[in-house]
Amino acid sequence: MTPPGSSSDAARVAGLAAALARVGQLERTYMEVCGTHTMAVSRYGLRDLLPPGMRLVSGPGCPVCVTAVGDLDVVVALSRLPGVTIATFGDLVRVPSSRSSLAVERAAGADVRVVYSPVDAVDLAAAEPDRQLVLVGIGFETTAPTVAGALLVARERGLPNFSVLSLHKTMPGALRALLDSGESRIDGFILPGHVSVVTGSDCFRFLASEYGVGGVVAGFTADDVLTALLMLARQERPAIEIGYRRAVTAAGNRVAQDVIARVFEPCDAVWRGLGAIPDSGLRLSAEFRAYAAEERFTVDPGAPEEPAGCRCGEVLRGVIDPPDCPLFGRRCTPEMPVGACMVSSEGSCAAHFRYRALDLSGGGRV
Amino acid sequence: MSDGARILLGHGSGGRLYRDLVRDVFLAHFDNPVLARLDDAAALVAAGRIALTTDAHVVQPLVFAGGDIGRLAVAGTVNDLATAAARPLGLAAAFVIEEGFEMARLHEICASMAATAAEAPVAIVTGDTKVVQRGAADGLFITTTGVGEIVVDHEVAAAAAVAGDVLLLSGTLGDHALAVLAARGDFHFTLDVQSDCAPLWGLVEAALAAGGTTVHFLRDPTRGGLATVLAELAEETGLGIDVDEDALPVSAAVRSACSLLGYDPLALANEGKMVLAVAPEGAEAVLGALRGRTEGARAARIGTLVAQHPGRVALRTPYGTRRVVDMPVGELLPRIC
Ligand code: SF4
Repeated sequence: MTPPGSSSDAARVAGLAAALARVGQLERTYMEVCGTHTMAVSRYGLRDLLPPGMRLVSGPGCPVCVTAVGDLDVVVALSRLPGVTIATFGDLVRVPSSRSSLAVERAAGADVRVVYSPVDAVDLAAAEPDRQLVLVGIGFETTAPTVAGALLVARERGLPNFSVLSLHKTMPGALRALLDSGESRIDGFILPGHVSVVTGSDCFRFLASEYGVGGVVAGFTADDVLTALLMLARQERPAIEIGYRRAVTAAGNRVAQDVIARVFEPCDAVWRGLGAIPDSGLRLSAEFRAYAAEERFTVDPGAPEEPAGCRCGEVLRGVIDPPDCPLFGRRCTPEMPVGACMVSSEGSCAAHFRYRALDLSGGGRV
Repeated sequence: MSDGARILLGHGSGGRLYRDLVRDVFLAHFDNPVLARLDDAAALVAAGRIALTTDAHVVQPLVFAGGDIGRLAVAGTVNDLATAAARPLGLAAAFVIEEGFEMARLHEICASMAATAAEAPVAIVTGDTKVVQRGAADGLFITTTGVGEIVVDHEVAAAAAVAGDVLLLSGTLGDHALAVLAARGDFHFTLDVQSDCAPLWGLVEAALAAGGTTVHFLRDPTRGGLATVLAELAEETGLGIDVDEDALPVSAAVRSACSLLGYDPLALANEGKMVLAVAPEGAEAVLGALRGRTEGARAARIGTLVAQHPGRVALRTPYGTRRVVDMPVGELLPRIC
């Protein structure tokens, strides 16, 4: 692969854009499912390179964004329990829950730690045996194996004060729900590269065979994304292809799949924007039930409330683009986010805002 | 001093232990005639306009590849003075030390401060120490205040920058932020990155000598990175800024760590870099002067101030597309998707 940003890379990307312009004259709406793709598309300004009829919408692939507000309320309630330390990753800390956020709780005295890797949470539990450490696991098939790995390590080290609140989700069910709703037009998917490293591309075959919608698994450079779009545009009949062969196979990573299957079992899950989807979540399997935070602690989080006026749900389903939300860039900015999609760097609203295209016509701010 | 000696609450009490600490640590390392008088205030002589700045340093861990809190405390303040075209005249250092802090570590950090001050060059002419109970501080905090003498007659500030000015950056982005994160053990991979932490008066002096009145603006891209400096400059001047992503110097190690973690090099902190806005006729000479020094060896022309898109920073990607650059928000977090 040529190094991203090099002149040969830029030349390749220009070539891909030209090729897209030749094949992509028809009206087409493609969905990039994964949050990292959302970031890459915005960061490299790739929308500028698409032919006029081609639209790219974001899907439900930002782990923080799809975490349901009711689940966040549970996390907030756990953080208020005496003697409990919450460990989590990413921007989850800043996401508004119904009436608070982990950041607010932390300022009020809750012990909330951001970890880079789930194993760090095991070390925290070992270092402070008098506290109960709850690792909040969010994310898809990419992060689930690392949380499972951490759990195995905690069990091996015999740490009774370690538990996991698994809010993990799996991607195929969400895509099925999205297509079942028929709410938005999707002519093809840019399928998640990191998820597919674990799952393989075969688990997405149903998109083509049952729904007649094609997909290409893509990597994360500008070249990767445009290559995937070109492959989609050139598909004569819907198929699931891999445009990211340097990392993804049809069958995926068996070791990671096995560890997920051992530590977790499928369960129903509530997704922000998509609602309850059968078998789209992962909870701890019977063998590891004792480590489930929901078994160990009882909390009453109260009734969930979505932030007023926030249209994250429609954004996550690709029904509207972030700038279509009346709050976008006005009441809702990365500094003062109203909804989860503006908090997470992988969120569609944040990516649109942070890397918004330059409107050269006017000088005003968004 | 015995092995394993530690700072006691008594070291901050102003009594005998305090005097020992001042003599054995601070005077020993920062050795200079003004400090040696141990007056409550240091007397300095300045020729003209002066610049004054202060900065509190609270980095964790205290030592990282390429630097430590002591080097940071001196360089940070010298660099803030340098942004005002001010030659550093003297620094004041206030130490807040947690009870139990190892004396040997304090020696190391003070030795590093002294070495950095010699590099600048500047003397640490006065100071203060407080010792707080265990738990009331995280090891060691250092606040440094600096006074400098402004060596130019023209204004060097955002208000002096005009459309057409060329933006120069004195070297690679992101080294400091990643060196500190790596030293925290946050990454589960090894990263060969050294903090760029360095005092930049010499560099700025060379730039001013080469560019004279064509040098309009100087700022160090510390917290918030280059993105913040550019966004602020656009906002303060009411001008637009065009930046060329291709032109931004980023080391291969920082680039690959960023793509792994989802960081943007533009948002990462630096502690030994300077952004300059220079009138076009002076740009080549200033760039040459920067490149003539080790701290500026990778200096580059990164963009221009323009009359279009006022208040906004437009980055041209290697793909010819353009996007707006904003100030980064909140903590630096790796992506999880
Ligand atoms: S812009 Fe803000 S309020 Fe609107 S959908 Fe996005 S996150 Fe929600």
